Amino acid sequence: MANKFDDYKHIWVFVEQRQGKLMNVALELLGEAHRLAEQIGGDTKVGALLVGDDVKGLAKECFEYGADRVYLIEDPLLKNYTTDGYTKVITDAVNEYKPEIFLYGATHIGRDLAPRVAGRLNTGLTADCTHLDVSVAHYIKFAEENTTLNTATLNPDDPDKGLKMTRPAFGGNLMATIICPNTRPQMSTVRPGVMSKIEKREGFEGETIQVKHNLTKDDIKVEVLEVVKAAHELVSLTDADIIVSGGRGLGDASGFKLIQEFADKVGGVVGSSRAAVDSGWIDHSHQVGQTGTTVKPKIYFACGISGAIQHLAGMQNSDIIVAINKDADAPIFEVADYGIVGDLYKVIPEIMKEWDHLEEMDVEEA
Amino acid sequence: MAFKIIVCAKQVPDTNEIKINPETGTLIRDGVPSILNNDDANALEEALKIKDKFDDVHVTVVSMGPPQAQDMLFECIAMGADEAILLSDRAVGGSDTWATSNAITAAIKKIGDYDLIFAGRQAIDGDTAQVGPQIAEKLHLPQVTYVEEFEIADNMKDITVKRQLEDGYEMIKLQTPCMLTAIKELNQPRYMNIKGIFNQDKDIKVWSAADVEVDLTTVGLKASPTNVFRSFTPKPKGKGITVQGDSEAEIAKNLLADMKKKHIV
Repeated sequence: MANKFDDYKHIWVFVEQRQGKLMNVALELLGEAHRLAEQIGGDTKVGALLVGDDVKGLAKECFEYGADRVYLIEDPLLKNYTTDGYTKVITDAVNEYKPEIFLYGATHIGRDLAPRVAGRLNTGLTADCTHLDVSVAHYIKFAEENTTLNTATLNPDDPDKGLKMTRPAFGGNLMATIICPNTRPQMSTVRPGVMSKIEKREGFEGETIQVKHNLTKDDIKVEVLEVVKAAHELVSLTDADIIVSGGRGLGDASGFKLIQEFADKVGGVVGSSRAAVDSGWIDHSHQVGQTGTTVKPKIYFACGISGAIQHLAGMQNSDIIVAINKDADAPIFEVADYGIVGDLYKVIPEIMKEWDHLEEMDVEEA
Repeated sequence: MAFKIIVCAKQVPDTNEIKINPETGTLIRDGVPSILNNDDANALEEALKIKDKFDDVHVTVVSMGPPQAQDMLFECIAMGADEAILLSDRAVGGSDTWATSNAITAAIKKIGDYDLIFAGRQAIDGDTAQVGPQIAEKLHLPQVTYVEEFEIADNMKDITVKRQLEDGYEMIKLQTPCMLTAIKELNQPRYMNIKGIFNQDKDIKVWSAADVEVDLTTVGLKASPTNVFRSFTPKPKGKGITVQGDSEAEIAKNLLADMKKKHIV
């Protein structure tokens, strides 16, 4: 049967760069695209769409992390990200090369750009995905391992190779898998920190394609006056092995002093709930949750956090969750591996003391 | 001539109040209040601040949703908006972001002239952040999303905004008309005021799909390019251990001993 989408092939990733440096999520998405290309099979290639001014030097990193091809769009007008400029050159490139799937990082830039591109192409876009599948067999495996979905209605031999985009909905406790059956490309933004990079393919080199464009100054209706890096040290919640988070149970802003000491002691990074950010106790860059950062550290200490759905959505995939809360009925205990019902101001100092004696602590082997 | 601002707003369930039935794994929506979406309140507040500062500013709130979304629009009027419009029609039900933006764009075109459109960055029930940019696309307007500071010059034309990034910010200059999406750092939304609550002159218009003359092949469930394939709840995690002990010191010791035993630390 002839497929009306026969013209659309291959998987593209918008490899976002800022000031000449690739965003981590771009490399994560190249890894995911690499895995999806294997699921589709045939000669499906991974294309990295690299946009900027004099950014060709980044192609090497794209190849090493999964790109078979780099589509390069360079122009001084593309030095800074603008919605207008990037949307124009990218939609033109999509119309010319017709990728079947197109992925973007769900960054502040990806989430500004992708809806605009989807609007112009009149295709679908799924926001903030946390899991992607192409083959039905892979989808069934994912669903059985991670969800309560009854997979009896799905056939593992189904030839369907449409993109199945899974994302949290309703603040995180419902999950939905979205498809885009009737338009191409199938597009999604993907949360930073959830997909894994492939092992670096040292020295791997693919094909670089110079994409022609006809962008002019008049196409860009905004003027970027300056781009400023935050003065305060970046909170790298997504890379942290240990996160110590504080919530409303701290009582006031000064509670974050203890949280910081605890984090320093265990070699962790400070996180927070939305409630603590909304109370003005800590900067939003620390916020973990549906509207903050999604994290999956090895250990997550939730201190004085009740566990609103929107918070759980951003941290429940942590390997080990330790919850400390006065309220024994707090929802955080539903997801905790270790629950401590008690006063965090008394418990945390004791944990810090014991932490110093970890080495000499005698335990029976599990 | 009046300076006209349109604010896009949505009524959403307060997701902070939604709880899960641990037995069935389903959402408990009973008794969950519907509210004006958080970021949209910031969008409205910024529009009202312009109205406070300059003469002859007119603020229209536009929304799409079921008839009960009028409650939220009454709240917007009570905060100080001049006018509110609800696009409510079964024909637009089930729309994804692309189809929703087609419907709201049609409503905005029906409103007619505007100088500035504010929307919230995203709604807390869907968290997509796509409808604002897609309306801007359909209206061929420049956009800035994640706006955390806003300034308009006395000529009511030149706008300077600070756009939040994960690792800092950008300062951007643009001109009206344009679309800006607000985040909570932008301002502190005001409360409803008595004058607004009892303002009988301001009512809420409810428009149908026919009223806004939208192309029915571009709205609703069937026209939406994205569909829900399956929906489900995540697998519940096995119940963890409640760490016991007679004192905080003992609890701390028991916690770390178990974590060490399992090679977690």
